[in-house]
Amino acid sequence: MSRVKTLQSLFKRYRRPGDIVFAWVFLVFSIFLLSQLFDQTTFQSRGKLAAQPRFWPAISLISMTGFAGFHLLGSALSDRIEGRWAEVWHWIKSVEYAGWFVAYAAAVPYAGYLPTTVIFAVLLTIRAGYRSGKMVGASVVCSIVIVVLFKTLLKVNLPAGQIYEALPDGLRQIMLTYF
Amino acid sequence: MENIFLGLEMLARWDVMLALFVGSIGGVIIGAIPGVGPAVAIAILLPATFSLDPIVGLTMLLGIYGSSMYGGAIPAILINTPGTAVNALTSYDGYPMTENGEGHRALSLAYSASFWGGIFGILCLILLSPVLALIAPMFGSREIFLAAMLGIILVILAHRGQIFAAGMLAMFGIFLQTIGLDAVTYTQRYTFGYSFLSSGVNLIVVVLGLFALSQAFFLLTAPDNSPDAKPVKGRMSVGMRELMKHKRVATVASGFGVILGMIPGTGEFTAQFMSYTYAQKTSKDPEKFGKGSPEGLIASEAANNAVPAAAMIPLLALGIPGEALTAMMLSVFYVHNVIPGPQLFQNNIDLVYGLYFALIALNIIVMVFLLFSTNLLTKIIRVPTRFLGVMILILSFVGVYSLRNSLTDCMISAVFGVFGLILKRLNLPIVPIILGMVLGGIMEVKLRSAMPRLNSPLDMIDRPITFILFAIILLVLALHVRTLIKEYRAHEPIEDHDMHDSQTR
Repeated sequence: MSRVKTLQSLFKRYRRPGDIVFAWVFLVFSIFLLSQLFDQTTFQSRGKLAAQPRFWPAISLISMTGFAGFHLLGSALSDRIEGRWAEVWHWIKSVEYAGWFVAYAAAVPYAGYLPTTVIFAVLLTIRAGYRSGKMVGASVVCSIVIVVLFKTLLKVNLPAGQIYEALPDGLRQIMLTYF
Repeated sequence: MENIFLGLEMLARWDVMLALFVGSIGGVIIGAIPGVGPAVAIAILLPATFSLDPIVGLTMLLGIYGSSMYGGAIPAILINTPGTAVNALTSYDGYPMTENGEGHRALSLAYSASFWGGIFGILCLILLSPVLALIAPMFGSREIFLAAMLGIILVILAHRGQIFAAGMLAMFGIFLQTIGLDAVTYTQRYTFGYSFLSSGVNLIVVVLGLFALSQAFFLLTAPDNSPDAKPVKGRMSVGMRELMKHKRVATVASGFGVILGMIPGTGEFTAQFMSYTYAQKTSKDPEKFGKGSPEGLIASEAANNAVPAAAMIPLLALGIPGEALTAMMLSVFYVHNVIPGPQLFQNNIDLVYGLYFALIALNIIVMVFLLFSTNLLTKIIRVPTRFLGVMILILSFVGVYSLRNSLTDCMISAVFGVFGLILKRLNLPIVPIILGMVLGGIMEVKLRSAMPRLNSPLDMIDRPITFILFAIILLVLALHVRTLIKEYRAHEPIEDHDMHDSQTR
């Protein structure tokens, strides 16, 4: 990697592997959205053009499709960078962690914020490749600190877990309110 | 004068001071950890501040915004990895100084220069306030529409080499904010019959996905790494004395920071580069630049720290953000019922002064904190990157779910997280999407409210400010075409650099 020598080169961004795949997907996505313009927006008989509900979706989608077309053209005319499909596989692999996130969010209203956070932090730490007791312990401590900070102290708007209902009276109230 | 005292009074509360303290210290730590950055932190904390008093929430997030660049200098100097993207130039001279055994000197100089830049920026903001209060009311719907349009154009053109990509992403942002029920005509737009899309795509959900979750996914899917910064020995206060020998460089660099910070899309990068070039051209030892020149370090750090205060000018006076962080700060203001724009200076000038004093206080808090805790920070930045990814993922949940306890929001955010990861891996910019959403919304509202007074398109530019803004738009476009032609004729060889993905490591 070279050093930046001019102001223009400072702002310049360079292509990375997989660019053309992204360019194709984005263009197809733009064209699909644009094709839905008449179905998904309305045009009212009264009112000026710029005040129409269709105006801004049309402006943005037409420009988006135009830019996406030129971006694809730019990618297609540039030298090929090796590693295109390995890169796409990398993107697909990240969906696993999106799944972890959604599963975590889905579990909280049932299993409670504190237990879910501790369990997910430990599982994710192990999934990320850490096996030492130090790292697993650190994940437990950090997750408890996060819960105490946000739920107990800042009283952030998060649901109480249904599982807490099964706890004995005194403890139940504390868990429902603070954890 | 009375307003100044009212502003001071606003800060003189224990909860405000505590928020400022937490925000400033937190900002330094967040800035110092490569791979987190202020955007991630503000995105996560934004919903958490909903329950706080407006001024408390605002000062906390302002603290993070204003102090992260101080922290970002530490890994830039010690391990050649900028903590935040805008500290990239700091590593040019900071790291060679560390290699020469002058890590302590480099850090203390960076802190002092940052402090100088920060205070200079705020003083300019305070001095400019009466002028802003005078000019801001002259901005009506048409002026704000054109200013927002100029912002979009500048943001697209600032992404050289990826202008088409930046353009399509900015347009995607504008499109995203049109989804849902149209507020005026009550008609559905791109909801595809799904009720969850009727209320639109929430900006904070998108921000959390694109900045926080994408970063978590990015770190979790990349090989594990643990930055190894060596502790430094010596008093950190010595830098101020050395800075006094380079007052001129520090002041000019701060001046660049202030002027360029006001222009959307270009802020820190241009300011740093221009001050660096100025410092090199006027230096007695220009050959030392890039090999450990204190002047280069000062120029870079003073310039980037003067920017946050300056970037508040278009934000506070016109309600127009120039980059991602100010766009987030705009939503912070909205959430807390403070509407930036011309009326703010007329009706809430005490709050404006309160924010200025908060900026001054945060610079002092950060400076004092750094004098004593640099070595502690060198230990904190050693957090393994994948573990950091796990924690960002856990924290992102608080941000998204606390908004309205919606699993759908989490799913939308996760989709944007994957999208953000792809953009980061491809070295494509995320900022145009956010600015497209914010500025697109402003443009739609302002154009609609200007419509009844327009009989022909030319009426759009028949007022002095609208005409000037329109002329600037034409000038910017013409200059861009000129640069393209010059570049084409020069046939410059392609020299790849990783400046723009430096913040993701």
